[in-house]
Amino acid sequence: MSDYNFAYLDEQTKRMIRRAILKGIAVPGYQVPFASREMPMPYGWGTGGVQVTAACLTPDDTLKVIDQGADDTTNAVSIRRFFQRTAGVATTEATEEATIIQTRHRIPETPLTEGQILVYQVPIPEPLRFLEPRETETRKMHELEEYGLMHVKLYEDIARHGQIATSYAYPVKVEGRYVMDPSPIPKFDNPKLTANPAIQLFGAGREQRIYALPPYTEVVSLDFDDHPFQASKAAHDCDLCGAKDSYLDEVITDDAGGRMFVCSDTEYCTSRRAAGHKGRLWAPEPEGVA
Amino acid sequence: MTLMEKMTATTQPLLKVDGLTKRYGPRIGCLDVSFDLYPGEVLGIVGESGSGKSTLLSCLAGHQRADLGRIAYDGRDVLAMSETERRRLGRTDWAYVHQNPRDGLRMGVSAGGNVGERLMAVGARHYGEIRGKAQDWLGRVEIAGDRIDDRPSAFSGGMQQRLQIARNLVTSPRLVFMDEPTGGLDVSVQARLLDLLRGLVRDLGLSVIIVTHDLAVVRLLAHRLMVMKSGRVVEQGLTDQVLDDPQHAYTQLLVSSVLQV
Repeated sequence: MSDYNFAYLDEQTKRMIRRAILKGIAVPGYQVPFASREMPMPYGWGTGGVQVTAACLTPDDTLKVIDQGADDTTNAVSIRRFFQRTAGVATTEATEEATIIQTRHRIPETPLTEGQILVYQVPIPEPLRFLEPRETETRKMHELEEYGLMHVKLYEDIARHGQIATSYAYPVKVEGRYVMDPSPIPKFDNPKLTANPAIQLFGAGREQRIYALPPYTEVVSLDFDDHPFQASKAAHDCDLCGAKDSYLDEVITDDAGGRMFVCSDTEYCTSRRAAGHKGRLWAPEPEGVA
Repeated sequence: MTLMEKMTATTQPLLKVDGLTKRYGPRIGCLDVSFDLYPGEVLGIVGESGSGKSTLLSCLAGHQRADLGRIAYDGRDVLAMSETERRRLGRTDWAYVHQNPRDGLRMGVSAGGNVGERLMAVGARHYGEIRGKAQDWLGRVEIAGDRIDDRPSAFSGGMQQRLQIARNLVTSPRLVFMDEPTGGLDVSVQARLLDLLRGLVRDLGLSVIIVTHDLAVVRLLAHRLMVMKSGRVVEQGLTDQVLDDPQHAYTQLLVSSVLQV
């Protein structure tokens, strides 16, 4: 048994974070400041997400942690072990079994359900930051709903690339009010934000902001009338499980131009293969590419 | 429009300023300034450095808050407006041309994006139309159409200033504030810019308040002239009248100080 308080943070800190979360849920898309604590990991590794998860965890919860869709990458493994040690909660890789999912850069392919909480790690919560460096000014812009500048960015994309080239952290408008940065998820995941039955919480540790989307919130990706939003993905099927509808990672397999496309959501891919789906390169032998 | 309506439309001032005062602590920014500006009229404000002309302009444009006095725009009390309203006015009916184009432009955004920003800020959401309008306005300020995707940092000073003007006029404002628009430009570029401004002001029927210390600029552009010294208006009247027959000692000094080439 560890000597830590349940889920590492002390109870007063968790109360403070829960207040910020409740305020965020009451005002969807609004960035609530909170007194972010130092966590035993560097900024940029999910300190905001970890604090939100810690404030939401109960001993009965089942936790899943993903990093770029994968359950077995460094960030995911270390955060999962962190909560196993400090909270002793059950963990899982199966999306449907989890009650809290902390994620970096992806929304799971398996549709979320009511009662689940999806916690995003956010590096820079302010969608207007790279257009307007002054915090006082961006706050005023949110207050007065002056979001024309966001479209200037999309305009620049089309002028330079012929299409909206922003492919991740694609700005959205929440319930017709706040423009929000959905964290660096690929824009392929943007349609999953809207009317989602799960609670979606966003934590930015270094920037000390929490924001939230309550279940079934309307989230619209910004676009132009003649250049509508398109959720893009690589024009391939998964080479391992054959899925046509999942977001793919490109993997270079040799230095002669060989490459394969695999689901970025590893749990989705594994469960499909277990159900008998096969992709182009799937070989069950030990020397296979899997 | 009946004749009566036309009469009231032309006799109603667009901007009515009454007793405007701004102090910086014990020092005076501008003191008790009053004037009316009618639609289509160009008002020049001249004076030496530190005479309060820029303070006056920024108070009028809402960048600074005046301590005392009233500003009515089109019958509405500007100082009593909510900030939302005032800022909306600032991107629709009003425009502000800065002395240094770098203050008024987004240097990291292409020329087309700069011109389109005000359109997008008031709700334009059709890329093709925004770009078409930007192209049109670049043409009007004599910037070649193929420069639309270049950043302002790749433009010369004169082009930047013209781009800033295009960016401001794209939403067809009625009132334009200009703070030394020709400052920092060489004389031949100045002359072309003034020519352009004169054409735009006449074609669009703009009301303009132009702050400058260059008497040639006001001689060319302004219908009426206000001379400021130490925060006070010392003389005002028709431009030619003030410049050709200055009454106040300071105005006489100002007019006689112009170098003859």
